[in-house]
Amino acid sequence: MAAVTAHQTTQKTLGTANAAGGAGSTAAAGETDAAAADHLAAFDAAVAADERIEPRDWMPDAYRATLIRQMAQHAHSEIIGMQPEANWITRAPSLRRKAILMAKVQDEAGHGLYLYSAAETLGTSREELLDKLHAGRQRYSSIFNYPTLTWADVGAIGWLVDGAAITNQVPLCRCSYGPYARAMVRICKEESFHQRQGYELLLALSRGTEAQHAMAQDAVNRWWWPSLMMFGPPDDASSHSEQSMAWKIKRHSNDELRRRFVDICVPQAEALGLELPDPDIRWNEELGGHDFGAIDWSEFQEVLKGNGPCNEQRITQRRRAHEEGAWVRDAAAAYAAKHAPAQTSPRTPASASASAPTSASAQHVEETA
Amino acid sequence: MSSSTDWPLWEVFVRSRRGLSHTHAGSLHAPDAEMALRNARDLYTRRSEGVSIWVIPSTAITASSPDEKDSFFEPAGDKPYRHPTFYEIPDGVKHL
Ligand SMILES: [Fe+2]
Ligand SMILES: [Fe+2]
Repeated sequence: MAAVTAHQTTQKTLGTANAAGGAGSTAAAGETDAAAADHLAAFDAAVAADERIEPRDWMPDAYRATLIRQMAQHAHSEIIGMQPEANWITRAPSLRRKAILMAKVQDEAGHGLYLYSAAETLGTSREELLDKLHAGRQRYSSIFNYPTLTWADVGAIGWLVDGAAITNQVPLCRCSYGPYARAMVRICKEESFHQRQGYELLLALSRGTEAQHAMAQDAVNRWWWPSLMMFGPPDDASSHSEQSMAWKIKRHSNDELRRRFVDICVPQAEALGLELPDPDIRWNEELGGHDFGAIDWSEFQEVLKGNGPCNEQRITQRRRAHEEGAWVRDAAAAYAAKHAPAQTSPRTPASASASAPTSASAQHVEETA
Repeated sequence: MSSSTDWPLWEVFVRSRRGLSHTHAGSLHAPDAEMALRNARDLYTRRSEGVSIWVIPSTAITASSPDEKDSFFEPAGDKPYRHPTFYEIPDGVKHL
């Protein structure tokens, strides 16, 4: 996330938001129509050539707004998503499983932070994003409004929910907005462990006692359909899809990704010795993929409206965590203010910044050192 | 600063192993350099991705502007003779 590029000397005093909007703001005031057209042409050409748009490049306002909305929702999903699984940390059946689950939940916090940082390069702030989440003005993925009733749910989430997320996210690694794409590269690398630990957990239960097998099957029964809904409404009802595809924020349609996910899961379920709760799943020779049953979109709409089993609990818990952490943030800020003079320069000796990064170098370095 | 204001933004640079340069990894919020380093460790090196970390206040970075990228980098554009491939050497001449 090259949030660094949101800052430049001439605009340093303006803060992230204004600096990031700087390129766009040149389009205001005295700029001629011709110059505006030039900017748009350069943007369109970059997108068409599969180049990445970087924070201080000119971009259409609607592109910026769409990205902020999508990245904010994505970041919120990562941190709200910590809750259903964290429920089981204290009750994990072994120290091994407990360590794994803590690492997984910690990763999700990390994913949230990568994405908030990436979103901030567009001129919004962390504070604004969290406020909007807490006020219910920005969404998070509906999947996290379902409860984790048994230990097997931890496995089903890893396999199906992280699995669906991966299917969604791999194409986002090629998203036209550079900081988002780079965050996704890092996230996708980490997601693979999430999915595998869930699958392994389910496999252990499936091959265990009769009761354990039944618990695994029950979890899959409950998580399967909500996981399919994670890909969003069907293509003919999806309002944002077309423009996002044109901007190369999105690379595949909702239905396309959903079908891909079903095709991946069918043999994986077989190897688990568990059934997917859909009698209509069958191979379609002609399509070279699986047919599957109709999704109950009314359930999706209800959860979206706030009427899912855990909507209230999730957002209440999030607000409470934020409020209860306020004194820590205040104390750290007060400490920093008190010791301020010592902290204006980096801790490392001067040579560290000898090759101080310009936006050029910052934009070209990869996420993964 | 109160809890209603974001902590400052820091850019994080990570050296993945000895012998390599520090590379930009991302950014984070922290109240001071000390905490920025600790947060950077937890955020960007959970899988041993680094042996050394730099954190730099984002506001301390001076960046060239994308708008002037053509004119700013133009001086290098017409100097192909800075590349070894510019020169024609007869076939068979070795170690050159
Ligand atoms: Fe994640
Ligand atoms: Fe995950």
